[in-house]
Amino acid sequence: MADLRCNIAGVSSPNPFWLASAPPTDKRYNVERAFEAGWGGVVWKTLGEDGPPIVNVCSRYGSVDYNGQRMIGFNNIELITDRPLKINLDEITAVKKAWPDRAMVVSLMVPCNEQAWKDILKKVEQTGCDGVELNFGCPHGMSERGMGAAVGQVPEYIQEVTEWCKTHTRLPVFVKLTPNISDITRPARAAKAGGADAVSLINTINSIVSIDLDLMAPNPTVAGKGVHGGYCGPAVKPIALSMVSEIARDPETHQLPISGIGGISNWRDAAEFIALGCGSVQVCTAAMRFGFRIIDDLVDGLSNWMDEKGYQQLEDFRGAAIPNVTDWQYLDLNYKTIAHIDQDSCIECGLCHVTCEDTSHQSISASKDENGKRTYTVIDDECVGCNLCALVCPVPECITMVEVDNGLPYQNWTQHPNNPMKSD
Amino acid sequence: MEIDIKPGRLSPAQIEQNFGDLHAPLTQLQAVQESARCLFCFDAPCTEACPTGIDIPGFIRKIASGNTHGSAVTILSENIMGGTCANVCPVEELCEQVCVRNTAEDKPVVIGLLQRYATDHLFASGRQPFKRADNTGKRVAVIGAGPAGLSCAHRLAMLGHSVTVYEARGKAGGLNEYGLAAYKMLDERAAREVEFILDIGGIEVKTGVQLGTDLSLRDLRSEFDAVFIGTGHNAVNALQLENEEVAGVYNAVDFIEQIRQSDLSDLPVGRNVVVIGGGNTAIDIAVQVKKLGAENVTLVYRRGFEQMGATEFEQQVAQTNGVLIRCHAQPCRIHAEDGHLSAVEFEYTSIDDGRLVTSGETFTLPADQLFKAIGQRLDAGLLAKANLSEAGLDEADRDEVNLDNFDHPAIENGRIKVDQQQHSSLPNVWAGGDCTPGNDLTVVAVQQGKIAAHSIDEYLKR
Repeated sequence: MADLRCNIAGVSSPNPFWLASAPPTDKRYNVERAFEAGWGGVVWKTLGEDGPPIVNVCSRYGSVDYNGQRMIGFNNIELITDRPLKINLDEITAVKKAWPDRAMVVSLMVPCNEQAWKDILKKVEQTGCDGVELNFGCPHGMSERGMGAAVGQVPEYIQEVTEWCKTHTRLPVFVKLTPNISDITRPARAAKAGGADAVSLINTINSIVSIDLDLMAPNPTVAGKGVHGGYCGPAVKPIALSMVSEIARDPETHQLPISGIGGISNWRDAAEFIALGCGSVQVCTAAMRFGFRIIDDLVDGLSNWMDEKGYQQLEDFRGAAIPNVTDWQYLDLNYKTIAHIDQDSCIECGLCHVTCEDTSHQSISASKDENGKRTYTVIDDECVGCNLCALVCPVPECITMVEVDNGLPYQNWTQHPNNPMKSD
Repeated sequence: MEIDIKPGRLSPAQIEQNFGDLHAPLTQLQAVQESARCLFCFDAPCTEACPTGIDIPGFIRKIASGNTHGSAVTILSENIMGGTCANVCPVEELCEQVCVRNTAEDKPVVIGLLQRYATDHLFASGRQPFKRADNTGKRVAVIGAGPAGLSCAHRLAMLGHSVTVYEARGKAGGLNEYGLAAYKMLDERAAREVEFILDIGGIEVKTGVQLGTDLSLRDLRSEFDAVFIGTGHNAVNALQLENEEVAGVYNAVDFIEQIRQSDLSDLPVGRNVVVIGGGNTAIDIAVQVKKLGAENVTLVYRRGFEQMGATEFEQQVAQTNGVLIRCHAQPCRIHAEDGHLSAVEFEYTSIDDGRLVTSGETFTLPADQLFKAIGQRLDAGLLAKANLSEAGLDEADRDEVNLDNFDHPAIENGRIKVDQQQHSSLPNVWAGGDCTPGNDLTVVAVQQGKIAAHSIDEYLKR
């Protein structure tokens, strides 16, 4: 059985699966249920500075449903913890003491002055936690008060606050990045320059999940009004993977440990983030949809897959996909594939034909015999190998993209005669 | 043997429960989940298999998107009786049989139930999605207010023509009202559908008017711009055995009509019941008599299960309701005592090189009631009957004269001969439904009425 033990920026856990800073990690009760279920660690829901607690609204969550499936995408307008600071600190202390092998990272968000960060760090250190995560990502509510994404969108602020934190605590500092920015490498570089031990990404994305067409207001509605919230869930995974890959392959940040976040719902998602260099992965929406017991398949599935592949520990495949993430201009323009339809498994739905005919390259013909049997056939000379038919086909492996040996050598855009900027 | 036929074999509550819905309607959750299974096929086999050509992927997609009203309109635009058809179509041999979900998963999308979900929604809303075109001033007579006639009338009304429908019985609806199994047509479904169809306006229905007695085709042809014949079957086949006329022997269709039009607790049924036939009518009578409390119901068919006209699903409905189906036997003798049926004797049969042969060996089933469900047919003489009287002849002379000499549409293989447009041999007469060739299904009748209406419209525009 594969060894799933994880160590990132000096924080260790029995497996790489942490619960992200969010409602599931707001209280001792929830977190202990998670640890009992087998989660490797948590990032405790964001603490603010001491004083009157935050006030939350009702309702707080919105969902994007698709084809009968709930919560393909999910958003929230909840703020940081609304419980008194002392209660949170006492509970963190107790939980860490009771579960010493699990990762306990505490998320923080206080106003942008050094004293505020210094004060909270002193208090948090006393809990015995393993690290802190600076919440520079929350896109709603707190950002209107100059915190969260309002900091995360300005690389200079990120660097400065990170520096303060590194000055005032011995704990590993994770900087959580907002995706609501055009170039993710800038805040990542700033975090590194400030001395961050790791970055966590992505935080949630600015979003309105839907408009209630009766109330004429965004969901979730609060007394007939709504605001943009933070988007997460399976729908955001592609954005997260892309941003993680940018940081992983940036020469300035490629050694920076990453805790991957964004739509991770199963072990395969987790393996993908780890293949792009992530040390740990953080989960929230999947747990909020199904409960903590999903950890069983996360751990079991990852372990079985690693056994099949002969990977004994996470390091054996961590980052393995990074070298294969490149720029478009380096892709081989001579590489050729053609769709192949396995007629024996075809169920005759015709989706490959109609989508190719309407929206692509008219490369799949349709015919029907006297018995009404429909046959869809790839026109090899017309097929550009785009993959659309294979993606719309409802039968697994019915349409495959078959490599064609055209005898041509590797040639990318920088070498191509059609490129006026071609290097000689 | 004691004849044992009586009403109320079961309590009214039990009978009511027995005649409950054959399929529970889909809930909103079920409908949304099931509609997500539809792949939205191109050149969809289900649409091709539907006699009325409903855009099935299109209506299912509208359920999935929450556009249930639009879904129902998509259905009814091709099949104005889409509500009834959702309940009675043999979907297992039509749309659902060819659903591509069968190929990999052996489980079609439940198209029939989704169609019912959509149409029920529209009927419950009370909205009328169809309206008439401007009045053309043309008048069309429709004979028979069954599925073919009403479909034709509705489409003609939409196209702006004025329609008068003549119906022999007391109510419009045809077999939807009088002939389909009660447990498929709950809650006055047929009557509500008729009301919905007539709501478009421009259609006048005259009931209790019998072709051949109160009406003649010749008169209608001269009085109206065009005529559509949708009389359905008007005669049943006979066993041609001695004692066929004794008490206790019934035509299944007559008894089904009573079931549809009576208080179920008042209907007398036997302890031992025999049904002869292999079609859906045989299944319908057997199941309903069983549901009314008959103790032993045996359905006897002269060929095998595979040859039965009733679908496999219908056979299962019979069997799960406790009907015993015996194949490969045909009746050879009806036994009677004191003028009442007492038993039916059968000969064993087999099929030899495609031909039915009897072995000579027999068995006898005691019977209080015998229901004949061996097919219905068109008595084409009715069409000419009024013309006969005009010629100074009467009913008794009918068999003596050559009908072809009288003004009525050509008959072929016992049905009115029509072309692809349902046009008969007479210039201004069209026909559709069970009196013309084709499967005797509601959905086929609706399509034929619709095709005829468009052909009539073309004719009237000339």
